[in-house]
Amino acid sequence: MISVTMTVNGKPVSGAVEGRTLLVDFLRETAGLTGTHVGCDTSQCGACTIHVNGRAVKSCTMLAVEADGAEIATIEGMATPDGSLGVIQAAFKEHHGLQCGFCTPGMVMSAASLLAENKNPSEAEIREYLEGNICRCTGYHNIVKAIQAAAAQLG
Amino acid sequence: MPADGGIGASTRRREDVRFLTGKGQYTDDINIRGQAYVHFLRSDIAHGKINNIDISDAENMPGVIRIFTSKDFEGVGGVPCGWQVTDRFGQPMQEPKHPVLAEGKVRHVGEPIAAVVAETREQARDAAEAIIVDIEDLPAVIDMKAALADGATKVHDDLTSNLCFDWGFVEENREAVDEAIRNAHHVTTLELKNNRLVANPMEPRVAIGDYDAARDEHTLYTTSQNPHVIRLLMGAFVLGIPENKLRVIAPDVGGGFGTKIFHYQEEAFCTFAAKAVNRPVKWTSSRSEAFISDAHGRDHVTKIELALDENGKFLAVRTDTYANMGAYLSTFAPSVPTWLHGTLMAGNYTTPLVYVNVKAVFTNTVPVDAYRGAGRPEATFQLERVIDKAARELGIDPIELRRRNFIQPDQFPYATPVALEYDTGNYQATMDKLVEIADIKGFAARKAESESRGKKRGLGIAHYIEACGIAPSNLVGQLGARAGLYESATVRVTATGSIAVMTGSHSHGQGHETTFPQVVAEMIGIDPGQVDIVHGDTSKVPMGMGTYGSRSIAVGGSAIVRATEKIIAKAKKIAAHLLEASDEDIELKDGQFTVKGTDKSVAWGDVCLAAYVPHNYPLEDLEPGLEETAFYDPANFVYPAGAYACEVEVDPETGKVEIMSFCAADDFGNIINPMIVEGQVHGGLAQGIGQALLEHCVYDENGQLVSGSYMDYAMPRADDLPSFTTDTSCQTPCTHNPLGVKGCGEAGAIGAPPAVVNAVVDALYDMGVTHIDMPLSPSRVWSAIQAAK
Repeated sequence: MISVTMTVNGKPVSGAVEGRTLLVDFLRETAGLTGTHVGCDTSQCGACTIHVNGRAVKSCTMLAVEADGAEIATIEGMATPDGSLGVIQAAFKEHHGLQCGFCTPGMVMSAASLLAENKNPSEAEIREYLEGNICRCTGYHNIVKAIQAAAAQLG
Repeated sequence: MPADGGIGASTRRREDVRFLTGKGQYTDDINIRGQAYVHFLRSDIAHGKINNIDISDAENMPGVIRIFTSKDFEGVGGVPCGWQVTDRFGQPMQEPKHPVLAEGKVRHVGEPIAAVVAETREQARDAAEAIIVDIEDLPAVIDMKAALADGATKVHDDLTSNLCFDWGFVEENREAVDEAIRNAHHVTTLELKNNRLVANPMEPRVAIGDYDAARDEHTLYTTSQNPHVIRLLMGAFVLGIPENKLRVIAPDVGGGFGTKIFHYQEEAFCTFAAKAVNRPVKWTSSRSEAFISDAHGRDHVTKIELALDENGKFLAVRTDTYANMGAYLSTFAPSVPTWLHGTLMAGNYTTPLVYVNVKAVFTNTVPVDAYRGAGRPEATFQLERVIDKAARELGIDPIELRRRNFIQPDQFPYATPVALEYDTGNYQATMDKLVEIADIKGFAARKAESESRGKKRGLGIAHYIEACGIAPSNLVGQLGARAGLYESATVRVTATGSIAVMTGSHSHGQGHETTFPQVVAEMIGIDPGQVDIVHGDTSKVPMGMGTYGSRSIAVGGSAIVRATEKIIAKAKKIAAHLLEASDEDIELKDGQFTVKGTDKSVAWGDVCLAAYVPHNYPLEDLEPGLEETAFYDPANFVYPAGAYACEVEVDPETGKVEIMSFCAADDFGNIINPMIVEGQVHGGLAQGIGQALLEHCVYDENGQLVSGSYMDYAMPRADDLPSFTTDTSCQTPCTHNPLGVKGCGEAGAIGAPPAVVNAVVDALYDMGVTHIDMPLSPSRVWSAIQAAK
């Protein structure tokens, strides 16, 4: 077992892991943050998307040991400090950008990453950026609307 | 009506906050102290005889608690089938045993052979790799027609053949239909395939078994659309556990689309193993496992003939379908190609004669069962495709040909020749609305513009009807269902006037926690925030048949209405006592009980308090408390219908299809929450377009699943789809349920595939292309163009 420590949503988290332990499993099982989901085993679906040192990463593509010392942000850290929904989260609610909710954490994390890179994305740019996040419920229509609305609000 | 948030309001969803903050509780998020983990060793061949399973090395691997094989399940039942179809000759279908772990033979890739229970997930997986299975390969039967050939290898040695049943409907019409087709002015014939799909809810299946030895009580946490059905099937037919000793919980469930209706072996295994090892036992499916163990959908091969007179009136429809059952009968599999398919072959039209033949076939593939739409997409696809082909052959506009044959608004209720009675509808209205929102008149100009860029543009129309809100119990009983299909609701009012509604419907994305309170709040005239929904737990909800077949609001919602009506009736009696008036004189409006024609009133909250603090209460006539249960069994199916238009551009050089627009004009009757209904349509359209353009579950001739991951199975992604134009303003309310509602969950998946294929064929018709089987991948489209040259 290997000891790892990382900062998750601003708090230090440590644990002993096997070399083969995926970062997503460390977050779900050691850190107890079950908002990050596992929807596939080929790094296709994006349900496990988190931010590692500020960049959107599919946490099933990294080993926990690779994240030793990293700054991690997950869906649990996306609300405002008073606990209310952040702008992107609120836009998903307002525009019905989620149904079963399983892909939603990954979608929100990808959307946040997109809007950090591109403050005013076109519909085509949003759709292209979300290529690595699969949603089976919404047909993406309202996810696109939500991200456009969040972009407008964030200016 | 409340100021806002009642029936008709696009109330934002209350469940969203937990899903948006990572606080949802899906089954895999549940961990029970002391739990062990399961890994299933699954067959990697399609068909074989198991000579020996050697677990001696594996048993000694680190962390292994126990390894199970079929020997441990002697005396345990198979996973049952919930629907018995009777064939054309009056005989019951052939029904093989579906064991929890493979017995003697493996019959599809993915069938569980053994299961390791270990301290960790990794240790269970490592030990499974050390199990040595001696299997003798047998020839696999994959193609349905080959499976029915004389001398074909049998999937089940104890059955007479691979034919599950040969079903005819309506059998008495067979000769009349043959004769009508023989004598018709014109007959259009189309042979097509309805491609095999994998439902792929984003949350893979999970099961956790927990056993309390002190109380002899079992709990199963599972990713199910209908926990009570699982309790009944697993308790009564597989494990022999009385229902009072078995609790099934389906917490937040990450999508279902049909494939989480069924009772699966893994659920029975985890429940059984938890007692056997006296530890909680957890199994989490990987996506790769999901592809080889979740029931698949569709997979029909069909020939359809449509007979028309010289005016384009439909005279008769005859179809012959081969329906793949896979290796075993999944829970509702036999109902899908029969009663959920044959009864829809009249469509929206006045066709007087219909005959449907279905041969259901066992093959060495994963079981096939209901997937969003279940039978109705297969019916709609062939009908709307053959109508389109007939229109082209006869030189009639496809919209006009449909209009000539529509059941007219004054013909309802309309009895079809295939056993349904449509209560309401107005198909001319939905078609009119479509023509408007899709700007059909502007198509020629758009086509010319596309052609100027070297692209072929096509317009595809489809008009669907579906029978959903499943279903009247006495009817489905006659048709072979081994269950009733009512729904239950308990409305429990507290002393302070808040309400908990226990519903047998189950939400896995549909937003019941938001819409159901809208209904109750509207009826009483209180704030929806006072109403909470409880679902997904057999210990909390009296009974439930669950959510599928677009039945939640039509059947589950109606049960809630009936229970709330009982609450209101009792509350009026209490109010009458408090107001010293007679029951009949009490009116309820905006949460106030008023004596008719006076200003004497008492508030909802005061009546509730009186019910639980009955100091001033008619105790001699009325029990204290305010809680009522209702079971609602629908009188008929509900019949949503809609007109869809798809416009595509096809690149004739590459065969790539791009959807330029997709418009949907649906009639869902009354609507509780328009925002949620629109979202349901979007999701259905995405799955329908996915079927038409992208998705394909493919086996090779040896029964290996070629498309076994998201690397190979093309799920629709954001950049594969357009934004949609939807309209639900055409509303012919259902006449037989109290809300006047029809279902909306499956519509898009039913109507979209023929619209897309009709559009592509329209684009390429002048090049000689008359049909392409789904999915319309660039290579298939390109090949069709080349073949037509």
